[in-house]
Amino acid sequence: MSNYFEIIRSGINTTFQDKGRDNLYHIGIPFSGAMDNRNFLIANKLVNNNLYSAVIEFAYQGPLLKYTGNKINLAITGDVIFSIKKKDTEIEGSCYVSYQIENGDEINIISTNKSVYGYLAIGGQFDIKFQWNSCSINTKANIGSNDGKKLEAGQKIKLKKINLNQDIKKTNYINTKIENIRVIKGTNFEYFSEVGKKIFYNSEFTVSKLSDRMGMRLEGPKIENIVNTNIKSEGLIKGVIQVPADGKPIIMLSDHGTIGGYPKIGVVASVDYDRLVQISTGSKIKFKEIKLSDAETLFKLYEMETQNLLSQI
Amino acid sequence: MIKNISNLGDAALYCDFGNEVNKSINSQVIKYFNTIKEKKFKGINNLTPSYNKLIISYDLKRTNFKEVKEYIENLNIEDVPKINSKKLVIPVCFHKTFSMDIERLEKILNLNREKILENFLNKEYFCYMTGFIAGMPFLGDLDKNMRAQRLETPRVKVPKGSVALTEQFANIYTFESPGGWNILGNTPLNVFDSTKEDKPNLINPGDIIVFKKITLDQYKNFNE
Repeated sequence: MSNYFEIIRSGINTTFQDKGRDNLYHIGIPFSGAMDNRNFLIANKLVNNNLYSAVIEFAYQGPLLKYTGNKINLAITGDVIFSIKKKDTEIEGSCYVSYQIENGDEINIISTNKSVYGYLAIGGQFDIKFQWNSCSINTKANIGSNDGKKLEAGQKIKLKKINLNQDIKKTNYINTKIENIRVIKGTNFEYFSEVGKKIFYNSEFTVSKLSDRMGMRLEGPKIENIVNTNIKSEGLIKGVIQVPADGKPIIMLSDHGTIGGYPKIGVVASVDYDRLVQISTGSKIKFKEIKLSDAETLFKLYEMETQNLLSQI
Repeated sequence: MIKNISNLGDAALYCDFGNEVNKSINSQVIKYFNTIKEKKFKGINNLTPSYNKLIISYDLKRTNFKEVKEYIENLNIEDVPKINSKKLVIPVCFHKTFSMDIERLEKILNLNREKILENFLNKEYFCYMTGFIAGMPFLGDLDKNMRAQRLETPRVKVPKGSVALTEQFANIYTFESPGGWNILGNTPLNVFDSTKEDKPNLINPGDIIVFKKITLDQYKNFNE
């Protein structure tokens, strides 16, 4: 018997993701991978998978999936509203709980709640293609599984392997929201006027609807550049905040271009990346400066907390 | 040699080789890139060489700024064998549907369309680096009178195949992507092929590129 999901509704931006791919920046290929790394890991842990297994990532509205096959475990993480339709009943789904899904069940991921990304993991493996050791779909370069394209309605997602657990796993994780994003001064910080720097640290910015897995564009008061609005194109990393000539910051996210020519005013501290990407369109954010040593310590603590969470599942 | 090392955020080293852009500085960058890539230091997970900078990304779970900086400062840069460079001809169509920024360029450069194309074609360009989007080559150097700044607000979508200019460089958009360069024409050639995992890029650093003008008919009937 073959086991598969049929996609009845695809959702807005539904892709396969895993840990992403290393060592390809020099030819123009970014890390990609799950945007919210912590929720990605928890999803896999809940279904007893290898933590880096492929999951389905969705943004805002998620997919409606109909399952055919033998019983499997499934878990959803993030702040997600979803339901599971069984033969005679429809139950409201809870995140951070593993479910058993049977032949004919439907999983309806209605939307993320005041956040952007959510994750669906199954106990076992999807039957998908890997490129450079990762299934992560990069739709901009058509790299990864599903020919590097978003999942579409009508498609079937086959499973290669099922690992069924009889016991239900759960955890009580709550996604905390942040408004203050901690940043480390960028390499072109001195390109901006004193007023511009103050605006950067003291003003509210609004997340524009032009944001996606590549970058988060922000609207707000103009950050004035007094040196040069262009630099010689050079490498970027995720979290870099570039300010083009129009004075509006753009934050590089997981599918970002690997090279850029706009001045870098700051870089988001690694500790805040998972929560940054969850800030939805129209929300307000502010930047707060921290030192490198503090950023390193905070990341260590964040990482310990992640390991702790995982060990309790 | 590296003039200065600083941090780019908390998970990358920013190695500055100077302000100028020329082949000699660029080959220093490439030398470091090749050596570090070969040695595989614990935690280093990405290297981005550019004209005159090298960014070294690392996994903050495994190492940190201080460790990677010390490693780079004490690194013995050996002579790396020369990369085999090749010469390639890239066909470009300059039909008005493709030359999206020709009027802007005419204004900024104070040259007419014919003169701009004449300056652009019939010249050899050196590939300094690849990136931004997968496989995009950064080619230099444009004539002194051909240098324009980026658009004030980058486009959300630049068509695949666009050949574009900024400052002393030309590039080719290997995919539809956002971008702020001045678009001059379009090539039907596939410059990036992800099915070739070991060699996805048609153009690599060190290669020499020449652009050749083709008509709209030749563009439409182009067959690799």
